[in-house]
Amino acid sequence: MARIELQSIAKSYGSVEVLRDINLTIEDGEFIVLVGPSGCGKSTLLRMIAGLEPISGGEFTIDGRRMNEVPPRDRDMAMVFQSYALYPHMDVARNMGFSLEIRKAAAEDRQSKIQGAAKTLGLTGLKERLPKQLSGGQRQRVAMGRAIVRDPSAFLFDEPLSNLDAALRVEMRLEIARLHQRLEATMIYVTHDQVEALTLADRIVVLNGGDIQQVGTPLDLYERPANKFVAQFIGSPTMNVLRAEAKGDSIALSGGTRIQVEGDVPASGVSELGIRPEHIHVAGSEAAQFSGRAELVEHLGSDTNIHVQVDGIGPFLVREHGHVPVNTGDEVGLFIDPEKVHLFAEDGRSLR
Amino acid sequence: MMSTTKPAPGKPRARPSFYFRYLVEPYLYISPAFVLIALVMLVPLVIGVSYAFQSVSLLRPFETGWVGTENFQALWTDRKFWLALKNTFWWTLGSIFFQFFLGLGLALLLNTHFYGKRLVQALVFLPWAVPTFLSALTWAWLFNPTIGPLPHWLAALGILSEPYNILGDPDLAMWGPITANVWFGIPFFAITLLAALQSIPGELYEAAEIDGATAWQSFTKITLPFLAPMIAITVMLRTIWIANFADLIFVMTGGGPANSTQILSTYIFTTAFRKLDFGYASAIAVALLVLLLIYAVILLVLRRRLVKI
Amino acid sequence: MSALRKSSPLAVTGKYLALAFYLTFALFPLYWLAKIAVTPDKLIFSEGTAMVPSSFTFENFRTVLIATDFLSYFKNSLIVSLGTAAITTCVAAAAGYAFSRFDFRGKRLVIALMLITQMFPLLMIIAPIYKIVAAVGLLNSLTSLIIVYTAFNVPFATFLMQSFFDGIPKDLEEAGMIDGCTRFEALRKIILPLTLPGLGATLGFIFTAAWSELLFALMLINSNDTMTFPVGLLTFVSKFSVDWGQMMAAGVLALVPSCLFFIFIQRYLVQGLTSGAVKG
Ligand SMILES: Nc1ncnc2c1ncn2[C@@H]1O[C@H](COP(=O)(O)OP(=O)(O)O)[C@@H](O)[C@H]1O
Ligand SMILES: [Mg+2]
Repeated sequence: MARIELQSIAKSYGSVEVLRDINLTIEDGEFIVLVGPSGCGKSTLLRMIAGLEPISGGEFTIDGRRMNEVPPRDRDMAMVFQSYALYPHMDVARNMGFSLEIRKAAAEDRQSKIQGAAKTLGLTGLKERLPKQLSGGQRQRVAMGRAIVRDPSAFLFDEPLSNLDAALRVEMRLEIARLHQRLEATMIYVTHDQVEALTLADRIVVLNGGDIQQVGTPLDLYERPANKFVAQFIGSPTMNVLRAEAKGDSIALSGGTRIQVEGDVPASGVSELGIRPEHIHVAGSEAAQFSGRAELVEHLGSDTNIHVQVDGIGPFLVREHGHVPVNTGDEVGLFIDPEKVHLFAEDGRSLR
Repeated sequence: MMSTTKPAPGKPRARPSFYFRYLVEPYLYISPAFVLIALVMLVPLVIGVSYAFQSVSLLRPFETGWVGTENFQALWTDRKFWLALKNTFWWTLGSIFFQFFLGLGLALLLNTHFYGKRLVQALVFLPWAVPTFLSALTWAWLFNPTIGPLPHWLAALGILSEPYNILGDPDLAMWGPITANVWFGIPFFAITLLAALQSIPGELYEAAEIDGATAWQSFTKITLPFLAPMIAITVMLRTIWIANFADLIFVMTGGGPANSTQILSTYIFTTAFRKLDFGYASAIAVALLVLLLIYAVILLVLRRRLVKI
Repeated sequence: MSALRKSSPLAVTGKYLALAFYLTFALFPLYWLAKIAVTPDKLIFSEGTAMVPSSFTFENFRTVLIATDFLSYFKNSLIVSLGTAAITTCVAAAAGYAFSRFDFRGKRLVIALMLITQMFPLLMIIAPIYKIVAAVGLLNSLTSLIIVYTAFNVPFATFLMQSFFDGIPKDLEEAGMIDGCTRFEALRKIILPLTLPGLGATLGFIFTAAWSELLFALMLINSNDTMTFPVGLLTFVSKFSVDWGQMMAAGVLALVPSCLFFIFIQRYLVQGLTSGAVKG
């Protein structure tokens, strides 16, 4: 089993710095999700952990043992690639058993492990097929099977679901969660999809531009984002951010509207206010703090998304639970939940 | 499970440093190729250039040594050299012109659908596989009025006054090797241009068609621009190969009659092979190399001007 | 070009006429070669220009195979061509793999050197090579031919192999390395099986090139025992200057291996160029 530690890990290609000073400790059995926009260095970090990419600086250890120079084959990690990387000339069973074949495991041992994994993943009937004879979802399963069969000390996933259609993606997500519960192995999972991150992770690592922005549980990130980037990246739909100023114990928006905030307001340095769409509510005229015109209303059944244009403040997204009888063009009064207000400094840092 | 046999992570099975391997590995893969090319081509190339400034003749073994630019001075006044230069020009131009246009035509045809395409493609590409010496012999025979039909056909068409062997006529002899070269070289252009044609996305043509383009318009507006880079590179490479290509002429005419088909590369070969005068042969080769380099540079500059990439 | 476009009957006729022209032009010389080879000696001149001889014979083939050194030339050429093809393909596969998968210091230099070898007249080095080969005592040996041909063909074969490797996703050998292979094992067990068509095409291409090389063979070989086909056949020209039938028969026999190889590989050549060379 594996406790993985990254200390001041850095990566550069020539003079281009891709990752800087990455520090992270992954506990044994933890499900860690690396999330961030495309190009931020997630895959690079994962590939360094796998041993596919040399580490430019810092130290990477597993259970206290330095791993920087160890080739991938000796790191005892399994990886599921975005492209699945199934060997096109081998059938499903041989694909799954290839690592055992290389390690010269006994034939019956190999067979029973392949059989076990095939059963877990519902691939029993497909063992003689070639990858090109499988559907996308089935290929995905084979790729996972190949990882399971090895019983590795850690699983690495690089955007494993991004080539699947939406329905299949949800299904496979559940499957991966179940797998983690059953195997209790360390898993490191890369995705750019924050929904995957929130649903799967024990802890999420948010990366942007080669730096770690924040590490925390899904709820941590949702409720206490460290900065504006994390606040806007985590949560869907995206958090509304408005220019704002501290005025005593309340916050003044650009139109002059004042918002009461629960708890302390920092005396200075407030530059923006953030509020999630689900924390703004449609209110009658007596409770409304300000009002605007509904430009677009999306009735999703479970929720209603209302895009509101407020003069002097800007566009807003409001998400109400259930059905709300608002129509495009209506004048709506809005009320911001004072407990859920986020405040950001000029440099994006979270102030509360 | 397997935990008894499985090594703990990080216990390398006695392997040299990962980094060392990472740095050294590519050099291991290219070294055989590099050593071979360096020893068999680059070193002799340097020696060859140095021969041009020496007297190296196996027939006069005691007169070896550095002679400065003597070989080149001799070259300057060598009437055969200037004739060969002129012949090289016509040989290359004639061959490349017909090879290219006929090859392009063939590639366009093979890029359409018709019955039996696979077989036709294999057959029309066949001349490329015919060993050069055999192509040369075959065409020499075809031009021979005693066993070949060509002179009779040409006479019947009124191109020749009577069926005789054009390879023996100093005015017409060059057309013999050129014909053989065109026959042999069409497949090269057809193969490379076909590959380029097949990589043009089909939607482009569909879009053009929806926009009302005629066949000729979609050829000039889509096909040609897409082919342009490939055309530039293949024409350049082929020109150089053809200018250097001595086998066909050497077998068909040996440079004759009266040096009318002597090109620089056959002149190099006969000087080296028949007269064993390596110094002079190398001087001719250096002259040819310089001319080709000038040509390549001009073409590359033109390409940069014309093809915007 | 487009399957959608309605073609006029005139265009269709033109297309088939053009195809017929290309086919005739490509095949007629070969037909003529074969025709003379099967024409009985006494008819060669009397029916010299007839399209079809009035009778056939395989006598010429028999004579060539039994009464001449043909088989020895054939064997020498086979050894040289197969040896060259095999060694070149291995060397080029390794180099092409390095170009496709690694970024290393000096890569551009090596590629530039390889390109240069494609530019200069090979005849330029015929004299130095002759002297070097003579100095190491390898004149009249097939080994020297194999080494020289291999070096000549490695650059092009390397570019060809690189384009084939470029067509195979890098993920595959990385998956293999994670599954416990060294890079070399991954190359051998995963990548090579997938490159087999590419390897076949390269083999065939080099074989054909080596099979037809004349000038260096002429220079480096002058003993009858080690003559390759092209050199041997040229000596036929002087020896049998009147016996057209036998020469043609020998020609037909020389044609068989390279044509077989070529028909087998030409499809992969177009494929390989399409996937690799064009996108650069
Ligand atoms: N081999 C390479 N050479 C140079 N830059 C690279 C290389 N591989 C990746 N990069 C750069 O590193 C950054 C991170 O890439 P990657 O880890 O793939 O991002 P992602 O988070 O989308 O997975 C990108 O900006 C990319 O351009
Ligand atoms: Mg990525």
